[in-house]
This record gives sequence, C-alpha cells and structure tokens, in this order.
Amino acid sequence: MTAVVAEHDDHHDHHDHGPEKGILRWIITTNHKDIGTMYLVFALIMFFVGGTMALIIRSELFEPGLQFVDPQFFNSMTTMHALVMVFGAVMPAFVGLANWMIPMMIGAPDMALPRMNNMSFWMLVAGVLLLAATLFMEGGAPAGGWTLYPPLVLQTGKALPFAIFSVHMLGISSIMGAINVIATIFNMRAPGMTLMKMPLFVWTWLITAFLLIAIMPVFAGAVTMLLTDRFFDTSFFNAAGGGDPVLYQHIFWFFGHPEVYVMILPTFGVASTIIPVFARKPLFGYASMVYATAAIAFLSFIVWAHHMFTVGLPIAGELYFMYATMLIAIPTGVKVFNWTATMWKGEMTFETPMLFSIAFVVLFTMGGFTGLMMSVAPADFQYHDTYFIVAHFHYTLVPASVFILMASGYYWLPKWTGNMYDERIGRLHFWLSAISVNILFFPQHFLGLAGMPRRIPDYAIQFADWNMVSSIGAFIYGFSQLLFVYIVIDTIRGGTGKATAEVWEDASKHGLEWTVPSPAPYHTFTTPPEIIPTEHV
Amino acid sequence: MSQDLERKNSKIVTKLVLVVLVMFGFGYALVPLYDVLCDITGQNIKLQAAADSETEFTVDESREITVEFITAINEKTPMEFRAETRTMKVHPGKYYTVNFYAKNITNNPIKAQAIPSISPGLAEEFFKKIQCFCFETQTFQAKEEKKMPVRFAVNPKLPERYKIITLSYTFFDRTNITEN
Amino acid sequence: MKKTKQLLACLVLMTLGLGTAHADYTLNLMRGVTQLSNEVYDLHMLILWICVFIGIAVFGTMFYSIFHHRKSKGHKAAQFHENTTVEIIWTIIPTLILVAMAIPATKAVIDLDKVQDSDMTIKVTGKQWYWDYEYLDSGLHFESHLDLASEKAHRVSSIDPRSVPNYLLNVDKPLVVPVKTKIRFLFTAADVIHSWWVPDLGWKKDANPGFVNDAWTSVDKPGVYRGQCTELCGRDHGFMPIVVIAMEKEQYDAWVKAELEKQNALPDLSKQTRASLLLKGESVYLTNCVACHQIDGKGISGWYPGLSGSAKVTGDIHQLIGFVQAGTSKMPAFKKLPADQLAALMTYIRNAPELGNKVGDELQACHALSLDELEDIFPDIDNAPELCKENGEVKLDKVVAEKN
Repeated sequence: MTAVVAEHDDHHDHHDHGPEKGILRWIITTNHKDIGTMYLVFALIMFFVGGTMALIIRSELFEPGLQFVDPQFFNSMTTMHALVMVFGAVMPAFVGLANWMIPMMIGAPDMALPRMNNMSFWMLVAGVLLLAATLFMEGGAPAGGWTLYPPLVLQTGKALPFAIFSVHMLGISSIMGAINVIATIFNMRAPGMTLMKMPLFVWTWLITAFLLIAIMPVFAGAVTMLLTDRFFDTSFFNAAGGGDPVLYQHIFWFFGHPEVYVMILPTFGVASTIIPVFARKPLFGYASMVYATAAIAFLSFIVWAHHMFTVGLPIAGELYFMYATMLIAIPTGVKVFNWTATMWKGEMTFETPMLFSIAFVVLFTMGGFTGLMMSVAPADFQYHDTYFIVAHFHYTLVPASVFILMASGYYWLPKWTGNMYDERIGRLHFWLSAISVNILFFPQHFLGLAGMPRRIPDYAIQFADWNMVSSIGAFIYGFSQLLFVYIVIDTIRGGTGKATAEVWEDASKHGLEWTVPSPAPYHTFTTPPEIIPTEHV
Repeated sequence: MSQDLERKNSKIVTKLVLVVLVMFGFGYALVPLYDVLCDITGQNIKLQAAADSETEFTVDESREITVEFITAINEKTPMEFRAETRTMKVHPGKYYTVNFYAKNITNNPIKAQAIPSISPGLAEEFFKKIQCFCFETQTFQAKEEKKMPVRFAVNPKLPERYKIITLSYTFFDRTNITEN
Repeated sequence: MKKTKQLLACLVLMTLGLGTAHADYTLNLMRGVTQLSNEVYDLHMLILWICVFIGIAVFGTMFYSIFHHRKSKGHKAAQFHENTTVEIIWTIIPTLILVAMAIPATKAVIDLDKVQDSDMTIKVTGKQWYWDYEYLDSGLHFESHLDLASEKAHRVSSIDPRSVPNYLLNVDKPLVVPVKTKIRFLFTAADVIHSWWVPDLGWKKDANPGFVNDAWTSVDKPGVYRGQCTELCGRDHGFMPIVVIAMEKEQYDAWVKAELEKQNALPDLSKQTRASLLLKGESVYLTNCVACHQIDGKGISGWYPGLSGSAKVTGDIHQLIGFVQAGTSKMPAFKKLPADQLAALMTYIRNAPELGNKVGDELQACHALSLDELEDIFPDIDNAPELCKENGEVKLDKVVAEKN
C-alpha cells in the first residue's frame, strides 16, 4: 500500500462529542474504536481461558497414565479449547482489529453500521458465556470434538441444545460483523481510495467477510439438523431413518475448511502490512497478493472433503479432492515468495512486530508444508487424526494467526494508546514465544508419525518422551504470554514514553492510520482525507 | 451519516442478508444433493426401499460371484440377529434365497428397522432384491424369533471387475419413533 | 540474531532427522509390512524431501536477506515491488512439482481401492469401546478389548503404566491373520463412528454406523502389529487398541481350528471355588462393565449409575440376571455371556470389596442357567453335571445363589 496521503490536521474539530462516562460507555458504545477495543480485550481474555484448557490437556499428557482428569472431561477440554480459541479468541481478535483499523485505513469516520456493530459484540459475549455455561451442566460440556460429529455429539448430556444455541449466536455475531465490514469497505472509502489502493489487511478482511457470510449460515444449518435429529426425530444423520452421519461431515467441512481460512486470511493481510514497513520497501506483488488471497478463498470452498479421506470416499472423490487441495499450495506459495521478496534488498530493522511477522512467515510455511503432505490422500491415510495433524493446524494457527495477532498488538498499540511499549520486554516475549512454540508443537509431528492418535487422554509408553517435551513447551509458551498482558497494561499506563503520530519510520507511506495523532482521537476522518494517487499501486 | 450513505448501506445489508438466507438454505439443499452424488459415485448409497419384480435373466453359469452377508445391531437394540448364510457363490442371473435369524430378547414388543448397505456401492444397480425384511419396519413380540428370507439375483450385466459383493444389514431400534 | 540462527539450525537438523532416521520408531512414519504401507511410506518420504528442499531454498533466501539487508549494516532499501518474470516462474515451478507428486499419489489411491480379488474377508465392527471381529469364511467371531493389565493400570493410579508391557496397545484377543494372503476388511460400527488404524498396514478406515466400508491388506511378514482407534468415539476412545498378529498359513489354520473349538465349546459348568469365581468375575467385569460402571463401581454421576450399594445389584439374583441379559435402553444386553462368565460376574459384583458390595453369596455356572438354556446344552438332561441337577432333581429355574 503506497498511497500517499496529504497532511491534514483538522481531524475532529467539529461536532465532536467524546465517549460517555463510566461503564455505560462500553455497553452502549457505537464507536468503532471502543468496540474494537472491547473485541480485542475479550479475545485476549478468551485466549487465556482457552489456553488454560490447553494447559489442562498438556498436563494430563505430561506423563503416561491418567493423573488429573477424567477422560470425558479431557474430551470436553479438547472440544471447548478448540471452540473457545476459534470462536472466542482468534475470530473476535480479528474482528477487533477490523473495527479499529479498517475505518482508519480507508479514511472512514466509523463502521458503516455502528449499532449493529455493538449488537454483534454483545451477541458474541452472550454466545461464549452460554458455551462456557455448558461446562457446568449435567453430563458435562460437549465432548465430541469441535467438529461436533454425530452420532457421538448426540450423546452429549443436557448441554447439547445450549451448545447449539451458542453456536447460533456466535454465527449471527460473525455474520453481523462480516456484513458490517463489507458495507464499510464498499460504502465508506475516502474518495480516491480505490479498491486496488486499499491496504492488504482491508482486502483480506473483505474476502474473509464474504467467506463468513457464505459459511456461517451453512454451519448454523448443520447444527440445527443435529438439534432436530436429537429432539424431533428427524434423520438427517441417522442411518435408521435414511440419513447418513457422513453427510454431516460434508456439511461441516463445507463450513469448516473456509472457516480455517477465516482465521488465516486476515493474518496474511497484517503480515503484508507490517513487513514492508520494517523492510522500508513497498510490498512486493500487491496485485498478486490480492489475487492469491481471492484464489485461496475460492479454493477453500471446493476442497472440504480432504478432511474426510478416510471416511470411505469413492475413488473419484479421493482423487478430485486430492488434486484440488494440492492446488492451494500455489497461491499460498506465491504469498510466501512475495513476503520473502519484500524483505529482499530491504533495509530491515527488527522491532517486535517485525520479529513476530518473520516468525509467522517461517512457521506458517512449515504448517503449509505439512498441509501439502496431508493433501496427498494415500499419505493422509496414515496422518489423519494423529498428532501429525494436531501439529499441522497448530502451526498454522499459533505461530501464524496468534503470532500475527501479537504482531498487530505491538504494531498498533502506540497508535491506540499514544505510548510506546517496552521494546526489550517485547523482544523477550517474542523469543520466549518463538522458541517455546516449537518445543510445544514440533515434537507432535514425531508423535503423529510414530502412531499417536489425537484426542486421547493417555498414551502408550513409546510416546512418553515427546509428550513430555511438548508439555514443557506448552507451559513455557502459556506463561510467557503473560508478558504480553504486562506490556499492554504498562503501555496504557505510559510505557516508555509518548509515541509520535507516525510511530514507525516512514510508516505514513504505508497507511492512513499513521497520519492521525497518537493516540488516535475518538473520532477520526470525520472529513475524508485526501488521497493522492501514486503511479504504482 | 448522509441519506445517500444510509440508502447505500441498507441496500448492501439487504443483499447480504439475502445471501445469508440463501446459504442457510444451501446447507439444507446439500442433503438431497448428497444423496444424488452418493448414487452417482456409489458411496454410502441409499439402497432400494421396495421390492423389484422378479424378471427373468439368462443365467450365466460360467461366472461365479461371491456374495457375503453381514449383520450388525445398532446401539442397545435388544436383539439377536445373524445371517444364516455368511458367504455364498452365485451365478449371475439366478435367483437365490438366504435366511436371516432375528430375535427380540426382551419381554416387551419392539419395532426395529434393518438398514441395508452394500459394498462395492456401484454394484448396487446390478443387485436385484425381490424380497427383503429391510423393506419395512419389523415388529417383534416379546421374545419373538423370526426367520427372515432375502430373495435376490445378481444381474448378469454386472461388470467383470466385481467379484465379491457384500450386503450388510444393521438393525436400529425404532420402538419409540413414530413413523410418518 | 544469533538465536534466530540457532533456532533455524535446530529446526533444519530436526527436519533432517525426520528424514534420515529410517528405523527410529519415535520420529518417522514406519515403512510397514504391506505393499500399500511401503507405497505410502515412499510417497511420504518423497513429499517430505520436496518440502525440505523448498524450505531450504525459501528460508535460505529469507535469512540471507535478514542477515545482509538490514538497516544496522547500512543497507539501503531498493524500491522494486514487482517482477512479472519472477512471479511467473514461482507459480510454474510449484505447479510442476505438484504434478510430479500427483502421479505416484494417484497410483497409490488406485492401489488402495483394489479391494476385489481378495482371498478372505474379515468384518470389523467398532463399538464403544472395543472391536468386534468376524471371519466370514470360518465364522469365527469374537470381541477384542483392551487387555486387563492396561485396563487396570489406567484406572488405578497406584499402578505405574511403565510397568505394563505394551501399555494401552495390547488386547485380550488379537486379530490373527495369515501372511501373504489378500484380506478384505469390512468396516461398520454399532454406535458412533470409529476408525481402525494399524500403522504397519499403511492405512486407516472409518467405521460408520449403518454403512459398510472396505479396505484390503496383505501382510508380508509374520509379526505383531499394533494400532488404535483414531476417530474420537467418546469417553474411552483412547482405550480401544488393535492388535494384529500375522502368522504363516499353517499356523493360522491351526489357530482357527483351535479357536472354533473354543467358540463352540460348552461353558465350563464345573464347580468353582469362591476365590476363583471372584477372580474370573473381576476379569469379566473389567472387560465388559468397567467402562461405564468404573473400577470402584461408583459409576459416573450424570452418565452411568453406580453398582456400589445398588439395590438392583444386591437384591434378587433372578432379577439381576434377567436385567443383565436383557439390557436396557442405556445398557447393552449381555445375553451372549456364557454361563460360567455370567456366574463369576454375578458373584463378583455382589461381593467384590473393590465395588463395596458384600452380599455374601456365590453363583455357580450351572445355577446361572435356566432350564431352557440347560436343555439347549444337554438335550438329554441326564447328561448334565450333577451340580446342575442339585439334589438329584433338575432345577426348574435359575438357582438362587448359595448363601455362605
């Protein structure tokens, strides 16, 4: 993104009213920055809730034998950990970023639909609370995995309908968020901010929002079918009445595969925003980044059954889904090459956001490699449902999505708070995270290849060593994230000093948000900024 | 917010909400779509639910197909159920009858439905059943035993690559389900 | 940046370790013992190496750039931002690599699908939480549960799992197959979805309730091959292993013969001591009941009722036997339990200190049989053991346990 912005200093001098006072400010706010903040704080809290569940899992797996939890509770933990992390932490965190940054990046005064924005946040909170409440219901929380496969999930106790309603609420919340993002990007861009001038974060979010609108209703339909199967004698997934449990898996993964891209596409956007700033170079291949993102989003709709190679697909299905899945490697490769080319012959400095972004590129690529391996159907007959896949998707989620969320935090905190964070502690946080995340997840490749299935609370002795290593990594990783909380609080309280408007050297060349003061005023761009066209995108 | 913008916003919201509704419907549309795809590809195929008529085929004495019968009882269905013939060689075109044995082991009447499945799925269209207990829900009185015949033939048009066909029947308890 | 270097070096070494440690069970996929597993293994190694080389190239470039093109070294940023030639090259090369990968992969998919032409068929039924095997040719039919040592060790915290041989990977009755014979497996499930995986055979396959799936294998060399259920199937998903023993054809035939004899043998109706009843009862309990009612008989609140102090368990034994044999909507029917096992189980659940019950009686196998069942076994009732005819008279009903 290289649009140059004319200086302007009259951001909010007219009809300005500040935030409401007290708690009411947060409950009734329609300000995109307030709502963004609430999303981000909520996501951070959920990150620790989900993380605690992960640590319960890793504690149980520290040694062979059952030490701490009952197997049913263990299954609830794996299920809830996934649901909380996906729907409570990663997705809301990106919605939070979208709220904060999209209007500022496209020169809009707010989101297009501010009241709906507020509603979608509180719907999210209600949905997650309802989900959490299932932990205390008779029969325990859902324990059939986050994929909620029938018939197993139908054996859930009293919690089932509540979990399903919670999924409905989370879905509605996401859909409202997505509609808002699309409306904002289509209708609120400052004059001159053409689509192909938008920062990639905005682009990736636009595509993500379309994914969400297409898939969340399908997921809502799937869980509704579960509900009627359980309570109203329908037989969508019950062979006895002419249904088929494998059908659920098709519908679920029609949602589920794009869903994992919902968590990774905005990640690509942020990486493409941060890397050029610290390489002091324009992003390499802006247009190809946009097309690659669109290609990945399109492919995500036609590859779902690669999650189901072992359910007994017909041979034509096996081959088709294998070939289609392999294709994803091409646009994904283009992205990685582009990031590398952006760094090439740059003038790099390595502040915390850049460190997290570089680690993202490397570790996400490793997750991509294992993804490529699993696309090969016959090999997947060995990898499927083992720790190999646990390692794979955690590589694409933790050192990818979560690292980039951390990078975003460091990158924009000075803009949000007006203060600089402590770079030394930031780097310490990075190194602890980057090393421990590999101690945590790399050995899981070995475990999977050696034959350890996923979602088991206890294991054979030959898996003991790597499980112990993995658990140690998990604890280091988990606790080092507290540093981030410390840094956020410290920065809000003043950090290491006031931040300039630009914060990062020459950042204003890379995004409109760096042209407003730090901290960003409560209202920005109430008059649209003037965007001076530049020759290259 | 200007009126123009509000109009543009409500227009886009309307469109997107329509997309949402269509996609919700699409989720449900996948159900029949799936059945069609299963039929084409032979996966988890839904087997015929009614009897074929007994048409005459020319019996192909030169060819032998192995037909296997397997049984299963789903969940806590209180039954005994087995195939009296587990495996047999058949000539395409010829009609055979095999028996299945089922018993209600409780002191209460039960209703149960046998769900058939076939492997390989694509052989389904060449497998002709003119009598099967799986065509309808079976009622068993307390402790009742039944001998249930299946009469079938393999169509001589069955492609050469098929040498073994497995028929599987799983009994599901339907006592507490009201059929519509 | 020294740490970055170390980290990278470490990762590369680990990745290379993955590739070179052929025989090391704990790091890499196993080559396995079938044509399919070898094919899959070769495919796996091929892609792994492709990934390693791409990784070295991409990360190499990136880290070269990170070390040299940095501000602290005074490097000045170039301002290029696209290069069509390069972009086309790095789209085409991966495409070619993918095509090269797809060819052997397609062959393997086709080979995996060649289930026809097999020499024998084994039906595998997944159940919560054990496997049920049926040999369609011989009619041999048995259940395969987690072995007793592992069952106890994972339920009793004082037992060290490390002291148990093949902890969680051993079963009470393994699946025995002949080597060099093409075996077709049929998979189905009785409740939820399970998945049958023995890594040495090269694949896993889901067992779906109401449907049948197939797959094939032909084991090259005799041995014991272990695996596990890989589709989450509820509470004890982690505790339903698979053991396949492959033996030479002659040994296998002998095994089938012996097993068929055992399968068709009469239940052992001889009089047992109380101690042996309790001992046998424990093993029957651990095999069939412990998953729900738990090792202490307390059950699981909200899921499964406890047996400790339960009036049903300690009350009238006729009713208890009827209950166990018929099952309920929540409990499977244990009609198939032979009389000797049933008798031992009854004695155990009513009297085991572990379960906290102390009725003070015992039940002999003979007395667990109803007249009908007795007549099924002995059409001429005079041939029945004396115990079954107690006091010279045939008992007309299940006999009440003897009070001690």
